[in-house]
Amino acid sequence: MRTAILSRPQPMGRIIGAAILAVIAGFALLGPVLVPGDPFAQSLMKSLAGPDAAAPFGHDHLGRSLFHRLAYALRLSPLIALAAVATAASAGLVLGMLAALRGGWTERVLVILADALLALPGLLMVLIVLAIMPGTATGFWAGLSLVLWVEFFRLTRATARATLASPAVQAAKLLGFGWSYIFRTHLWPEIAPLMLTAAAFGTATAIMAIAALGFVSVGMRAPTPELGLMMVELLPYWREAPMALLTPVIATFALLLGLTLLAGGHKP
Amino acid sequence: MNILLSRLVQAATVAVLVGAATFAMMRNLPGDAAWRIAAGRYGYDNVNAAAAEAVRSELGLGGHWFPAFLQWMGNLFRLDFGVSLVSGQPVIHEIAHQLGASLWLALAAVGLSLLIGPPLGIIAGLRPGGLFDRALLVVSTALKAVPQFLMALILILLLSVQLGWLPAAGYGQPRHFILPALALALGLAAVNARITRDAMASVAAQPFYAFAQWKGLSRTQVLWRHGLRNVSVPLLTYLGLQFVLLVEGVVVIESIVGWPGIGHALVHAVFARDVPMVQGTALLLGLGFVLVNALIDLLAARIDPRGVQ
Repeated sequence: MRTAILSRPQPMGRIIGAAILAVIAGFALLGPVLVPGDPFAQSLMKSLAGPDAAAPFGHDHLGRSLFHRLAYALRLSPLIALAAVATAASAGLVLGMLAALRGGWTERVLVILADALLALPGLLMVLIVLAIMPGTATGFWAGLSLVLWVEFFRLTRATARATLASPAVQAAKLLGFGWSYIFRTHLWPEIAPLMLTAAAFGTATAIMAIAALGFVSVGMRAPTPELGLMMVELLPYWREAPMALLTPVIATFALLLGLTLLAGGHKP
Repeated sequence: MNILLSRLVQAATVAVLVGAATFAMMRNLPGDAAWRIAAGRYGYDNVNAAAAEAVRSELGLGGHWFPAFLQWMGNLFRLDFGVSLVSGQPVIHEIAHQLGASLWLALAAVGLSLLIGPPLGIIAGLRPGGLFDRALLVVSTALKAVPQFLMALILILLLSVQLGWLPAAGYGQPRHFILPALALALGLAAVNARITRDAMASVAAQPFYAFAQWKGLSRTQVLWRHGLRNVSVPLLTYLGLQFVLLVEGVVVIESIVGWPGIGHALVHAVFARDVPMVQGTALLLGLGFVLVNALIDLLAARIDPRGVQ
């Protein structure tokens, strides 16, 4: 906490981050509407060809439109990441509140479980879940949710414990207010900003994991347009078409930078 | 003592989680697990139905999952990891063989990150809000947004393909270390620098720090006598938490540059559904985290005897 208080507030950073993400979301959602095209349609005549009207970012080694592949890739990873973060945040919030309210063995068991998960590398957990679950996208969702809930749980528990012990909550309890009122007026305003930061970091972590596993060929399978997969596919053609490789590289960097800036401050 | 006990509980829970996850993975393997294990033990040419049946009854693969699970966990806690389904070698030997390469890479990366990050963080923290501080903030934010695999890709394109200074992949010579270690170190250094900067700024704002200057010590003396030791505790604690980040990076980077380490082995084991290898490596990485953090707890208590929290 000490470090978080000391670092200066950076509202500018958050605004820039939100702007970058808005541009990316606009491209991913509206791009294929403005320039219709198919991310899977191959045309070997156009292999590694430069931009044209139907493919504003040029073509990849199989002559597929990079514009459309990038737009679909920028829908896929963020969608999986957001689904995983939403699941993880709800689970973390519920379990964190449960631990703070019940205390005793409930809390002890949950904390031990969370601590143990913290010791295991997230990518490893995702890889194992991917091997168990049918379907790569659902596997990523389940694996990433399993990894990410710990952060939300720890935040909720720590904040709720401190707030529940405060005189304000005691007074509210003595006045006869119910738990839902106490949660809405006392706990949620404390937890919400921390959850937002954790959610932005969690989304970035999830997108990095999907791209990293795609890049080492154990994540999404071809021909799915995915950021890491696109990079590893285009890597052999770096000399012929550097821009083709740089397209997913720049997009990934911009996406992660936007999320990091939006999160603001340090990883708690 | 209390710290060590909680770390022990953490280690045991890690083992149970890894055991449960790999058991679930084993149960969900496509095809007949008994045939696979028998093939791993006796070689693919010597497997017959009788051998598979013997494995099935020995490991309880045919029956209800619960006794099989207990036996699986029993083997795990006796540190009997079994035999790799791919190479047929005992998992322990395979891991012992690969661990060294990974450890050297990880140590090189941490060492390099400590050479880059903390000195920059101290310079920035001594003048919070200054030009250097703001520049460092921008650079470290940008670096933090670059995942390790992307850093490796950028370095390979820049240093190997374009400039031809370093080999893009390979193992065995000191120059092979530079690229993967640098790819890991830059991300770690970005975080190290921020942690050090905040710790330094908070220490430099303390009354004892100002007093040390009033009594006539030079800036360097104050930094050495009163600054560094206080800065090192949060840095050390963070280093322990970064271990997971480092391990994830090692797993990915090793696969990219073909480093014959434990991460490379893990990715291949997952790819080949070699469950005993996955179990062994996962357990080693999880317990490694617990061990490193237990050591850091003890070290932090030694550096700052006032007691943490």
